[in-house]
Amino acid sequence: MMRLPVFRLHQPESLSDAMALMASSDGETRLVAGGTDLWPNMKRRHQSADVVVSLNRVAELSGIRGEAGGEVRIGAMTTLAAVAASPIVRAAYPALARAVESISSPAIRNMATLGGNLCLDTRCTYYNQTEEWRTSIDFCLKEGGTICWVAPESPRCWAVSSSDAAPVLCALGARARLVSPAGEREVSVAELYRDDGIDYLTKQPDEVLTEVVLPPSDGVQMSFWKLRRRGSIDFAVLTAAVALRRDDDGVVSEAAVWLGAVASAPVRSEAAEAVLVGNSLTAEVITEAATASRKVATPLDNTDFTLQWRSKMVIHYVEAALREIAGLEQERLAPNHAM
Amino acid sequence: MTPPRSGQVIAPDQAPPASAPGSTQEDDLRVVGTPFRRVDGWAKVTGQTRFADDLTFPRMVHMRLVRSTLPHAFIRGIDTSKAEEMPGVVGVLTGKDMPEPFGVLPVSQDEHALCLEKVRFVGDPVVAVAALTEDQAADACSAVTIEYEPLATISSVDEAIETSEPLIHDYGDEGNLHKKISLQFGAVDDGFAQADEIFEDVMFYEGSTHLPMEQHAAVAVPEGGGRITLYTSTQTPHYVHKVLATVLGMPASRVRVIACSVGGGFGGKSDIFSHEIVAAKMALVTGRPVKICLNREEVFYCHRGRHPVLMHLRTGFTKDGAMVAQHLKTALDGGAYGSYGVASTYYTGALQTVTYGLPRYRFDSIRAFTNKPPCGPKRGHATVQPRFALEVHLDKAAQRLGIDPADLRLNNLLPPDSITANYLKVGTIGLGACIQAVVDGSGWRERFQSLPHGRGLGLACGSYLTGAGLPIHWNHLPQSAVQLKLDRMGTVAAYCGEAEIGQGSDSVLAACVAEVLGIGLDDVLLCVGDTGLTPVDLGSYSSRVTLMVGRAAIQAAERARDRLAEAVAEKLDVPADRLVFAESRVFDSGNPENGMPFAEAVQRAEEKFGALATTGSYAPPRAPGRYRGSGVGPSPTYSYSASVIEVEVDPETGLYRVEHVWIAHDIGRAINPVLTIGQVEGSVYMGLGEAMMEEQVFRRLPKNRSNALVHKVPSMLEYKSPTFHEMPPVTTYLIEDPDPEGPFGAKEVGQGPLLPIMPALANAIFDAVGVRIDQVPIGPHMIRKAVEDKAAGGDGRYGPKAFPDIDFGVPLMVPTPDEGGDGRATNSEEAGVRKGSGTMADGVRKDSKP
Amino acid sequence: MDHYTTATLRVNGQDLRVVFPTHHTLLEVLREECGLTGTKHGCELGECGTCTVLVDGEPVLSCLALTAEMEGRSIETVEGLQDGNELHPLQAAFADLGAAQCGYCTPGMLMAAKALLAENDDPSAAEIRTALAGNLCRCTGYHKIVEAVEWAAGVARGEADAGPAREVLFGASVPGEGS
Repeated sequence: MMRLPVFRLHQPESLSDAMALMASSDGETRLVAGGTDLWPNMKRRHQSADVVVSLNRVAELSGIRGEAGGEVRIGAMTTLAAVAASPIVRAAYPALARAVESISSPAIRNMATLGGNLCLDTRCTYYNQTEEWRTSIDFCLKEGGTICWVAPESPRCWAVSSSDAAPVLCALGARARLVSPAGEREVSVAELYRDDGIDYLTKQPDEVLTEVVLPPSDGVQMSFWKLRRRGSIDFAVLTAAVALRRDDDGVVSEAAVWLGAVASAPVRSEAAEAVLVGNSLTAEVITEAATASRKVATPLDNTDFTLQWRSKMVIHYVEAALREIAGLEQERLAPNHAM
Repeated sequence: MTPPRSGQVIAPDQAPPASAPGSTQEDDLRVVGTPFRRVDGWAKVTGQTRFADDLTFPRMVHMRLVRSTLPHAFIRGIDTSKAEEMPGVVGVLTGKDMPEPFGVLPVSQDEHALCLEKVRFVGDPVVAVAALTEDQAADACSAVTIEYEPLATISSVDEAIETSEPLIHDYGDEGNLHKKISLQFGAVDDGFAQADEIFEDVMFYEGSTHLPMEQHAAVAVPEGGGRITLYTSTQTPHYVHKVLATVLGMPASRVRVIACSVGGGFGGKSDIFSHEIVAAKMALVTGRPVKICLNREEVFYCHRGRHPVLMHLRTGFTKDGAMVAQHLKTALDGGAYGSYGVASTYYTGALQTVTYGLPRYRFDSIRAFTNKPPCGPKRGHATVQPRFALEVHLDKAAQRLGIDPADLRLNNLLPPDSITANYLKVGTIGLGACIQAVVDGSGWRERFQSLPHGRGLGLACGSYLTGAGLPIHWNHLPQSAVQLKLDRMGTVAAYCGEAEIGQGSDSVLAACVAEVLGIGLDDVLLCVGDTGLTPVDLGSYSSRVTLMVGRAAIQAAERARDRLAEAVAEKLDVPADRLVFAESRVFDSGNPENGMPFAEAVQRAEEKFGALATTGSYAPPRAPGRYRGSGVGPSPTYSYSASVIEVEVDPETGLYRVEHVWIAHDIGRAINPVLTIGQVEGSVYMGLGEAMMEEQVFRRLPKNRSNALVHKVPSMLEYKSPTFHEMPPVTTYLIEDPDPEGPFGAKEVGQGPLLPIMPALANAIFDAVGVRIDQVPIGPHMIRKAVEDKAAGGDGRYGPKAFPDIDFGVPLMVPTPDEGGDGRATNSEEAGVRKGSGTMADGVRKDSKP
Repeated sequence: MDHYTTATLRVNGQDLRVVFPTHHTLLEVLREECGLTGTKHGCELGECGTCTVLVDGEPVLSCLALTAEMEGRSIETVEGLQDGNELHPLQAAFADLGAAQCGYCTPGMLMAAKALLAENDDPSAAEIRTALAGNLCRCTGYHKIVEAVEWAAGVARGEADAGPAREVLFGASVPGEGS
């Protein structure tokens, strides 16, 4: 049986206690939220900890506040199941509900949290393996080694940002509240990420992601499409998150086109946005925008499916997301019987 | 054909007289043919079933293995001194503690419980550590250091052909080729000369693994008096028993293997694994019970699953679609050890002849050693790959000849009671009825080639053994045996070495006994899979259990019934042949009031004869083949299946969705229809997994930087197996035409229904979007590429380009029955026994000990 | 040096006082400290659903649930499904239809299905598939599981005629044979 390494556990009941424990504990200290990312990583010895501080009992970090039409605040410890089931989220941010509802499996969504999903460790088929397996390849740049086996000539790590919530929240212009003993700050969710497989978060080690703040959704149309092998369990190998506003004539006034799982951070396609803004969502405009979006994707051979094919799929998935918003007939086939 | 009557030994030459006591007419079957709750069902839904990892024993310690992190290397030093000092550690073993080689086949004794001089793949076990807790054992494993001298690695059949040094093993037919076969049945060239059309295809079938939900586990318990008991998750306790005795150097009578309930087998637990032997040795060394449960990655290393096979198929057809000759070449990527591989190699050719008439046939094959986990048998054992090739090949031939693919098959059905070109004796064949059922059910006649672009139907067939005709260790012993103990309480205890792996073998055993004795299923107490207490059954592989255990059970039960009838007849003063065994009573058929409860019948018999115990056993009929290699393929009877699959394909992306599967299976008779359907649906599922996504694939790192060769996806997450969402609706037809060899007419169902699935999907994709994908699993990128290729004027095909150029030498020439052959080869001397060769029939092992 | 935790776990309605290594998951403590080996494991990494138990009525993967975080929460395992010697309708249907073949994924499936029926007493086949989609099974092809959950739901609703269709038990009628 795969087992966790030995550590000491704290279960504070307030955020301030949690931060105090983080600051005062000896040795390597880690925060854990739902545990669905950290525990597998620790079992495979990607990560270790002398002390783990669990946010499980910090009630102030859970819950959804606000109402549809206004600003909505989602506590970082709110489970994915709770986010997906929230009437507010379903009404005001259906793309977020769809993204969160698609993550892994029902049981995982009962455990995993929104904050945890945003901080999800980047993934790579050379990295998400046991310690013994990684010994066989002499480890990799992300952990213990000197070479990124995905791109051996490259000086950086190309592990993949695999959060499904992140590209949607980026597209929606959501902000993340970070709290540390020194104070707190709010950054856009987009600014939370860095295009680096190792150092993928701009969050400081002593900062706790406490809340996601969603701007009012009035007039925003949104969609989220996801590619993966199976209708459950699998991480995405490509996501397309789109949010836009149209004026009364149907002309796009604002657009945000984001891709997930095709780089070490969620990536924005300004080229696609430029095509959309000022135009109506005709099939031709949509195809042009989707085609323009492909450039920012840099899929590599470190997920399921071939990278060339994944790269081609970017166009189809952005196109599908935009056609859904435009109310055009959907031409693409879902590869399974998932609802 | 006359349907067999219940409770009789069904083989005509062994049938008891018609007046045998308790004979009932077919319509009177009370248990057989009824959907009943499986006998192990209650325990399995309450959490009461004990799988190997659920066992604990006083003083039990936990073991873990240190496995090779190099794909191919000499072991230059092992330092366990630090590990031995670690907290909780009670024992450390290395290869030299168990130097005796082993292997499941007598001709491939090429494994060691822990590697001796060499490691041959990443995951090969080298050191074992036992400690008070599993945490401690794992920590101590981390403290073991092994010094290696790396060797060049071989990752593919092509590399094995090109690379004769270094040798992965110092035995085999040629260089790194473990096995090389060339068989010719009849005047194949003459056959091709008569052909109006000759079609050729090169196809590839990727390797896949069983992925049982239960990770392998074993607990070894020292019993004192020099005895050892091993509880293990195995399909083949008898073979584990034999190997344990050999490697441990113990009398086999002191070894006892108990097959626990197996949490998924599919062939993956039919070999003997290092951890089983090492746990036993560790128990003997430490004097304590030792448990090991593998983690998921280790299960991928145990493997013994589907061989990746490259195939070349060349067939001559007449204008009306009859096959006149065929030449099949297969190349198997065997992985690092022999395992069942020699049998697998033969199986890639053996069953090509049992579905459609094929008068002349040549089969050439190689199996290569490579530095990857060893391949072996997975559901449909190595007949699956050539079946895929044949059924896609036939679909293409039908298209070119302008014949409906269903008609092409129906017109060429092998007649019942045939002896094939390669000397397989085939009895009943329900294939025609199977094809008819799925053709009618799917609306094939109206819808094939008529659906909108993007939607298509594909048809394919298959056949499988109902038990291998020959045992692994050639002998004249029964292949299955059942003992019954009846006592005055009315209890009937059935003892049998069979292993329940989820397929329902316990239920079949109980049903056969209950049916013959006229008692309830719950009146039969089972003791199974215990090599210390139960008579030998060879195990749950080759779809042998229903037929062989069933036949042995019927024989034992009939013998018991005879005894009871004799005593009861005397007591009731009724002729024994008028007695009926039913409703837990024994009574006069002429006057049902005149009878007694079953328990009283046992008492009367016990008074008359003393304690009551009977036995039954079964050995398959001898097959007519007498050539080297003829041991692979014979079976008491063959099952048949046909399937139509409907698919929706998005030509722009290549993504596709299986919309519906119609499958008909020639079951002979369903002992328990609901469990039979479960086997069909499970086979369809596993076939779809292989057709759509499952791949046991490996990754080399850039050769200028690394010698690594690692499993690409050793996890439940990245080894893709279908979830609820990928499983399409399935319509199952059971075709019941009782077979005279089967118990109550039953044939196998656990494996056969998998065979038509992969080719039916490939054929459906062609009907949908007009491209041929000549390999599985079929990824969306393959379809997209083929569609692009076709749009650019290409042939719209995705698949392997060529079969390697291999000199197969002079084939073993076997004249066919039609040519007056007697089953023997005419040139055994010329074709020769290759030096160091490993055919099963050779019966030699290079490294055999005196 | 291991760190230990002492906690009271409410398992199948009974309070159990247990001492366990702090780094051990609920899966390990249920199986090793509580003797409840009905909960199985297939990967211990959250990838297969085999170890599913209910925590406060919701399906949770016990391999990724830290036991030390479970104090005060209600845990249900397969061992708690029966009512005395009566099988839960889900258990009976799984046993009767062969929705349990090898039986290894069965405890996790049963628990996930129980949670579904608690919130939806008449789920469609699609809803059943979605609710159970995190639980892998290699034996059944899933259909018998869906059919068993449908049957059990009917029994739980008290429907007198709840039961599988003939086709589920005997296969589809062979075309042309009329039956």
